[in-house]
Amino acid sequence: MSWDISGIDHWRADDFPRGAAIPDAGNSRDYVTGGWRSQRPVRDDAKCTQCLFCWIYCPDSAIAVGDEKVGAFNYDHCKGCGVCAKECPADAISMVPEGCELPEVG
Amino acid sequence: MPTQKTVAVTGNVLVAEAFRQCAPDVVPAYPITPQTTIVEEFAKFVANGRVHTEYVTVESEHSAMSASVGASAAGARVMTATSSQGLALMWEELHIAAGMRLPIVMANANRALSAPINIHCDHSDIMGARDTGWLILFAETAQEAYDNTIMAVRIAEHHDVMLPVMSTLDGFITTHSIDRAEMMDDETVAAFVGSYVPENALLDTDHPVGHGNFAGLGGPYFEFKHSQRLAMERSRGVVKSVGAQWSKICGRPFGVVEGFGMEDAEVAIVVLGSTAGNARHVARGLRESGVKAGVLKIRCFRPFPYAEIAEALKGVKAVAVMDRSESFGAEGGPVFLEVRSALYDLEKRVPVVDYIYGLGGADVKTELIERVFTDLGEIANGAAAPAGLVYLGAR
Amino acid sequence: MATIKELSHREDRLEGGHRLCAGCGASIAVRQVLLGAGETPIVAGCATGCLEVSTTIYPYNSWKVPFIHNAFENSAATVSGVEAAFKALKRAGKIPADKKVKFVAFGGDGGTYDIGLQSLSGAMERGHDMVYVCYDNGAYMNTGIQRSSATPMGAWATTAEVGKVGQGKPQRRKDLTSIIAAHNIPYAAQASISDWKDLAAKSEKAFAVEGPAFLNVFSPCPRGWRIPYDATVEIAKAAVGTAFWPLFEIEEGTWRYTKRSVTRENRKPIEEFLRPQGRFKHLFKEGNEELLAQVQSEVDWNFEYVLKRCGL
Repeated sequence: MSWDISGIDHWRADDFPRGAAIPDAGNSRDYVTGGWRSQRPVRDDAKCTQCLFCWIYCPDSAIAVGDEKVGAFNYDHCKGCGVCAKECPADAISMVPEGCELPEVG
Repeated sequence: MPTQKTVAVTGNVLVAEAFRQCAPDVVPAYPITPQTTIVEEFAKFVANGRVHTEYVTVESEHSAMSASVGASAAGARVMTATSSQGLALMWEELHIAAGMRLPIVMANANRALSAPINIHCDHSDIMGARDTGWLILFAETAQEAYDNTIMAVRIAEHHDVMLPVMSTLDGFITTHSIDRAEMMDDETVAAFVGSYVPENALLDTDHPVGHGNFAGLGGPYFEFKHSQRLAMERSRGVVKSVGAQWSKICGRPFGVVEGFGMEDAEVAIVVLGSTAGNARHVARGLRESGVKAGVLKIRCFRPFPYAEIAEALKGVKAVAVMDRSESFGAEGGPVFLEVRSALYDLEKRVPVVDYIYGLGGADVKTELIERVFTDLGEIANGAAAPAGLVYLGAR
Repeated sequence: MATIKELSHREDRLEGGHRLCAGCGASIAVRQVLLGAGETPIVAGCATGCLEVSTTIYPYNSWKVPFIHNAFENSAATVSGVEAAFKALKRAGKIPADKKVKFVAFGGDGGTYDIGLQSLSGAMERGHDMVYVCYDNGAYMNTGIQRSSATPMGAWATTAEVGKVGQGKPQRRKDLTSIIAAHNIPYAAQASISDWKDLAAKSEKAFAVEGPAFLNVFSPCPRGWRIPYDATVEIAKAAVGTAFWPLFEIEEGTWRYTKRSVTRENRKPIEEFLRPQGRFKHLFKEGNEELLAQVQSEVDWNFEYVLKRCGL
């Protein structure tokens, strides 16, 4: 379910779901941690062998997979740890310093 | 048509029967004297297939309340029982159960806390839980323990409340003495408590919900505590209304405070639990000899019935508060502190004396209560109230 | 045993946007364990700790499954309660008799080896249908890198300081996996985030079991171990390769070593695991040769113990 928290800063005691429950499992999808990053992973698709190691080792669930192939990096969530680049057996991922166009922190 | 039968059983057996009749889905329990016979009786119900309950024989009271929290958040009706050190070991979890707004019902056999170790009645354990966010009911008799336990389920699960409730009875005095009581038929109790319809249940896997989240770092922790306060305030009306409904069915009175002789009392004792009977016995005798003695029993300690207490005591000339626990370093025991605070807004100041009594099961003889009334009589006639609290009957 | 391609078809049950550190081993552990659970509905619990705090900062939650945190020492007891409720509500007819749900409890090493050991032992003994997962990063990381009974001998921690007299933690680690195996539960295993295939296979077995199962998952902490953020998986590989963290499983009482490529003969010296980590740097200072040798002999002893239990 989608839980509208747009007015949460103005909610009073009885406006919150009882007992601090969060009725929207996985809603941290809306929280941006990409702003933590000082370097971003960039993949060279020509080198990628689709071993999917980057996906299975990503601590931030920030690498999409579909059809047994890796997709885009989710730069809203990627913290730039570089595990994917380090573990890529094909050296297809490089870490590129971030510029000034960082996403806003939510 | 409600049918009651007269039984002669211990308080613990009656509490176990109340548990069975309320049909909890999960009972996580750990044995401790003098609660033990509640969980033993319930184990028989389980073994004989008389309940559908999943009985979780945990390895500690901490886990008993932890499993209760898990089961309640999962969507189950949960009941458990403990006492003394067990309640103390649960302390952290008591706050969590209340903060997560889980309507767990727990019986407590009121018992002294170590050290030195002691297994007998006092209220040290339960008074340690008074600020945990639980509603707390005190029983004078096995009958009241039975009635309170059944009412507790309805109160806890009431939509306006959704807080855990403790139904307490005095260790050994009430838990282990065989008493005459009326037990309601199963169907009437089942209909009275109804079935629990949870919200945000963990086991509703199609609608996943997160419980026990972190509300620090500028999060709304403060607002959640406020919502607990609001729920506790709302529970005042719910306790009375559920009490009135059960009272109508079973024919026994229920009040958050229950008075004896309070209509015209000049001297009065405020008391919780089993000692109320002794106090009434003494007051009755005194009234026969012309002393306007009264007894005010507090049956619902949380939420604290300060308005009802002020109303009952406003015309009294001297009041004694009987505290069966200590609050070392405070001006008096916990009941004294709250009763005197409840009287603060009265126009006419009522002298209040605190008597610490019966710790670790020390005998509460009628002479001691007579002495309290004698003291009160003198204060009512102008004598100075004792400076500080009185250790009643201590050598 | 699922291939990585097969695993990639399964839903990732931990959402991004959590506030764990960059390169955290705990979230890698959770993802790999939950991939092993397949498509069966699950309810997850977690002990207080980095994983719990960082994934549940109100009003955001990273668990795409029903989730409960209760306190530090009672993840297992709490999930016991959830599982008991499931059984009872089925019996009461409030949950369909054919509905399948699996239960998983997470805890760090502090919440598992130390403060939660009693709760875990109780839950395992009672036979609840649950998988308990310890993400072992060898210290109380959430409170600031204090030593736990899982902290390796010789490691620096903020409560096992290095100074003129002290040289990090003087005691050996507790062997938790053996302790849990001694409960004679249907399945217990030791795994590492570096060996995802082994871990996912063990997770599949653990979730397939009717009754209690236990996974002890090696989950490096870059912050606490004083390693770069990108070295999480690499250091876990070193732990397996040096036999500091042997991979094995105990299925119905039968021990099996699952990393046959690492043997008595070819396992790497412990330095390869220790040297990259800042928490061990004092071990390489002059005068600490004996301590370093002692750490190696502890690893040797433990590896020999595991191999012998596995009949090797």
